[in-house]
Amino acid sequence: MDQGAPLSACQAEIAAAVQAESGRVLATLISQLGDWDLAEDCLQDACVAALEHWPQAGLPRNPAAWLVTTARRKALDRLRRRQTLERKLPLLHMHSATEDTPMDADTFPDERLKLLFTCCHPALELETQIALTLHTVAGLSTADVAHAFMLRPATMAQRLTRAKRKIRAAAIPYRVPPLELLPTRLPALLMVIYLIFSTGYAAPSGEQLLRVDLCEEAIRLARILTRLFAAQLQPNAEALGLLALLLLHHSRRAARTGVHGELITLEEQDRSRWSRALIDEGLTTLDAALALHDPGPYQIQAAISALHVQAASAAATDWPQIALLYDALWRWQPTPIVALNRAVAIAMAHGYAHGLALLDDPELAAALHDYQHYHAARAELLQRLERYAEAAAAYTQALARCQNTSEHLYLSRRLAEVSRS
Amino acid sequence: MRYMMLIYGNEAAGAEATEADWQETMQAYNAFQAEAGERILSGDALHPTSTATTVRLRDGNVLTTDGPFAETKEQLGGFYILNCENLDEAIAMAAKIPGAKHGCVEVRPIMEF
Repeated sequence: MDQGAPLSACQAEIAAAVQAESGRVLATLISQLGDWDLAEDCLQDACVAALEHWPQAGLPRNPAAWLVTTARRKALDRLRRRQTLERKLPLLHMHSATEDTPMDADTFPDERLKLLFTCCHPALELETQIALTLHTVAGLSTADVAHAFMLRPATMAQRLTRAKRKIRAAAIPYRVPPLELLPTRLPALLMVIYLIFSTGYAAPSGEQLLRVDLCEEAIRLARILTRLFAAQLQPNAEALGLLALLLLHHSRRAARTGVHGELITLEEQDRSRWSRALIDEGLTTLDAALALHDPGPYQIQAAISALHVQAASAAATDWPQIALLYDALWRWQPTPIVALNRAVAIAMAHGYAHGLALLDDPELAAALHDYQHYHAARAELLQRLERYAEAAAAYTQALARCQNTSEHLYLSRRLAEVSRS
Repeated sequence: MRYMMLIYGNEAAGAEATEADWQETMQAYNAFQAEAGERILSGDALHPTSTATTVRLRDGNVLTTDGPFAETKEQLGGFYILNCENLDEAIAMAAKIPGAKHGCVEVRPIMEF
């Protein structure tokens, strides 16, 4: 075991260290024990031991290695108690040649890619993939994951248990998929991380517009993913593109809501409140992605976001370039949402009437009839075209579909504006 | 790992198949079986659900109903039991079963005791 620093560590510091390392530790334990439930139980035991031991001894030099070593010892205890020792012990011995020698950071393998790919297996429902990723890789408690989905903890616990049972019973492999499967498997993984971020970025209902914790978890996962790809496979352009996109979106978080928690649109945001550090990191990451010459939808979206954050003012935004990028994105993702954003970009680049005509396409109107942002975008363009009565009707449509308090405040204000005009 | 592949399809469409269609289907299944090789532990095709009898035991009495357990749009028409490395291989094999093209294949891991 590592020699701890002589200073005592405070509870908050320990809790943070445990959460930061839990994904990596769990990934290793599953790999070594070959049993998901046993690995989770022993991680729990090890965390409890850490909370008892670390306040006196101080944080070990390598908390992850300490947790793995301790958890493995706990696994042995548990197996003994279960009296299935004869059956499982050989397995454990096989992997525990280093049982009593400390593992150091350099030789301790990072198996989180395996864990990520298992959690995001296409045989699991998308929501389950997201929940499992948040719980195991990001180390969020069942209660926190339940909160993100607005479910009761008991319901979420049930869903997680069912997922783990399927992984075991149906033998979903615990591995990084072979190269030939990678192109079909990576998009699901990127989407899960993206959905975690967007759940935090525009919480669909409730008081808060932003759930910063979920955004930061998604960024942490994207960072882990890009690093592991670079270290264990090869740098991946779309994984980097996703990280860049998340960083650039997140750079604007402080400016996105006003003092009363109301939404502030990109155009009205105080650009001095954008995070320079996140913008710089986002742009550097995007450059690294583009240098790999393997284009994809996340890189295109990051490039669009980059044009927004690089504009000195809303008026200085390079809309013609953004409209071109949306054309490119449309070729990758011909979805109604992309059509909506493309129409707005074209409106800004080439005239509001032009954009409105695209929005009023009957097929698009039907597809997005229940989507709040479609009506809000129409209302905005109608307002700019000084067609106030129609704008008011469209804002009313948007409000009827809005469940988020801060967006509600914003739309109500705009409706009041056009009603006065 | 053993997996049961339950092959579901539309019987009504099958009933309208011509002799040439049958030949084609048989060839496709022969090709699948050649490719699956030793993974196949067993497998058979079933007569249509119009030949099915559903049996229940209630209070010691045997109750029978003429027809399948549930009326569904697609019916169980056959099965394989395959030995596969893991679910990835099972999914890849299921996708190669000719029935997956028109109907669907349910992949179920078999309980080992």
